[in-house]
Amino acid sequence: MRKVAIYGKGGIGKSTTTQNLVAGLVELGRKIMVVGCDPKADSTRLLLGGLAQKSVLDTLREEGEDVELDDIRKRGYGNTWCVESGGPEPGVGCAGRGIITSINMLESLGAYEESEGLDYAFYDVLGDVVCGGFAMPIRDGKAEEIYIVVSGEMMAMYAANNISKGIVKFAASGSVRLGGLICNSRAVDNEAEMIEKFAAKLGTKMIYFVPRNNDVQRAEINRKTVLEWNPEVPQADVYRGLAKAIDGNKDLVIPTPMEIEVLEELLMEYGLMEAV
Amino acid sequence: MLLRHTPTEITERTALTINPAKTCQPIGAMYAALGVHGCLPHSHGSQGCCAYHRSALTRHYKEPISATTSSFTEGASVFGGQANMLQAINNIFTVYNPEVIAIHTTCLSETIGDDLPQMKKKAHAEGTIPEGKYVISASTPSYAGSHVTGFSNMVKSMAEMAEPKGKKNGKVNIIPGWVEPCDMEEIKRLTAIIGVKTILFPDTSGVLNGPLSGEYKMFPDGGTTVAELQSTGDSLGTLALGEWCSADAARTLDTKHKVPCSILDMPFGLMATDRFIDALRTIAGVTIPEEIAYERGQLVDMISDMHQYLYGKKVALVGDPDQLIAMTEFLVSMDMKPIHIVTGTPGNKFEKRIKEITKDMGCEVNVRAKGDMFLLHQWIKNEPVDLIIGNTYCKYIARDEDIPYVRWGFPILDRQGHQYFPTVGYKGGLRLLEKILGVLLDRKDRDDSETKFELVL
Repeated sequence: MRKVAIYGKGGIGKSTTTQNLVAGLVELGRKIMVVGCDPKADSTRLLLGGLAQKSVLDTLREEGEDVELDDIRKRGYGNTWCVESGGPEPGVGCAGRGIITSINMLESLGAYEESEGLDYAFYDVLGDVVCGGFAMPIRDGKAEEIYIVVSGEMMAMYAANNISKGIVKFAASGSVRLGGLICNSRAVDNEAEMIEKFAAKLGTKMIYFVPRNNDVQRAEINRKTVLEWNPEVPQADVYRGLAKAIDGNKDLVIPTPMEIEVLEELLMEYGLMEAV
Repeated sequence: MLLRHTPTEITERTALTINPAKTCQPIGAMYAALGVHGCLPHSHGSQGCCAYHRSALTRHYKEPISATTSSFTEGASVFGGQANMLQAINNIFTVYNPEVIAIHTTCLSETIGDDLPQMKKKAHAEGTIPEGKYVISASTPSYAGSHVTGFSNMVKSMAEMAEPKGKKNGKVNIIPGWVEPCDMEEIKRLTAIIGVKTILFPDTSGVLNGPLSGEYKMFPDGGTTVAELQSTGDSLGTLALGEWCSADAARTLDTKHKVPCSILDMPFGLMATDRFIDALRTIAGVTIPEEIAYERGQLVDMISDMHQYLYGKKVALVGDPDQLIAMTEFLVSMDMKPIHIVTGTPGNKFEKRIKEITKDMGCEVNVRAKGDMFLLHQWIKNEPVDLIIGNTYCKYIARDEDIPYVRWGFPILDRQGHQYFPTVGYKGGLRLLEKILGVLLDRKDRDDSETKFELVL
């Protein structure tokens, strides 16, 4: 089983990209579990058709520690297993601890056992690796492949660079590696070239370029992934392409994050090209 | 009447525990770690945790408990405890030079997400851990499970030290669970009589019940050695005593190294000891030695001699799941009626098992996992009992309700003997019976009228 974690700046489109990617992998016949690691618990909405799923932590709080596997996972699109860690409302408690608790619980309940016959487990992790809890999915023996969703905007790249620093720390003593960058386009000038250069500097590659397309938005309104909502539209083929790229990816590296000055130079070089 | 505010009427509580029937996970982890020879427990958290856990063990075992701490400060809580941990490992091997450091976490280090396996790897990579020395670790947040969970987690990490050489060692692993040092000694005595070679882990005998010799040894002579722990992967099989305390470790050896395991109840009382002895006999391929049959006969003799004083006596029990399961069965087998049973440790299986053991008792049984002693007290107020068996915290209930009371379990803070006189096995059964009869007959002597006051009972 390949264990994959998707990181990236808040609002970059991690959950949307992950779910559409998963739908693409389903078409390739893969068996998948998606673990949402975001207190907002909205990582599996498109796969579950908008169904509000009771999160692991809600279940834990209401039913005590004797939880069964089927209390916390639901079947979604294409027979994927969907889990939401959940967590506290904004401003209280400890969201990081919530992720540790729910991943430990999934493990002890045997959700990752070979008998489950999974090809992939996806962790969709909120924003940045802000504390120990958000690094839980990349601890040794957990996710081994990381993809960072990024766009050509300064802050998204800044976050991707920071996340890479987190990966370096864990890669030194464990098996976690960076699989590549997924560019979720914001239609910034020279975006693809810039991200390719950025990826090269990080020691990895841009594994796929997802162009901006309103069909993603339309599918979301219908609480579906693009592939489920309308498999014929061009954007569906984009996600199929992303799925194939990740399914075939064998280039896993320890990233080489850069100093902020280097990152800014990169932006100057590409961001200003058009103006000049 | 220190507990005079306990109301008889029981109201359902979901958010409040009063007088818990459990304590912190690290206390269990620390006790288990002391059962490894030359092992220094290390608490990864703030100093207060470590100080409390050490004193909790000292109060029960009346021995000094050495343990180190990562000494978290405000800074460590914000930046993570890795720097403290690496420094600690370095200091510990330099200053105290143990064979093994057994690290457990605390609520604080767990909450900030410190990753012990990663830190251990870093310490290895940096060469902080000298050749031939070991660092094991267990995750022990006290907001989940109980001291029993912490014990089990640390025993499991001992099982993870197994390094099979591929040649069977002709021994049987015995995981005794959280029993007294003298109980571990008694288990070794019984296995020796039957002729089974064993690796017992953890083994606190000779560590927490040692003699006063005038010489302080930071690492006493007792304890399972590293070589023995490594050899557990080559054993013929594992007998795990107690589902809660020992099963995880046994299953680890089974799944990782194909060492088959059977999980038995802790050998308290007649029937559980029978099953334990039978398992050993089967492994050794011998008939039961005369010496053991003799001890069993003595226990059966005392049960039948004194049955009239035991019959129908109602009992309230509080303690840890594995111990309570065996004790309940023992009491039921003597026609006593354990009617109120509480453990603070979670696990639905506990309630099911107790219901099963007591189903033919002919009366309602109150049983609660994750319960507290306040609830037990309320149950007693609603249906009084003739006897309470439990740890020292029961003394408040026993005094207020004027009920005979036997101290048994963890912790015992106000009486002595539990470290030295076993309660496992047939001989241990005799001791339990002696204590139970002692308090029941003392009560009879106190309350009987002058015409009923008998010289001979």
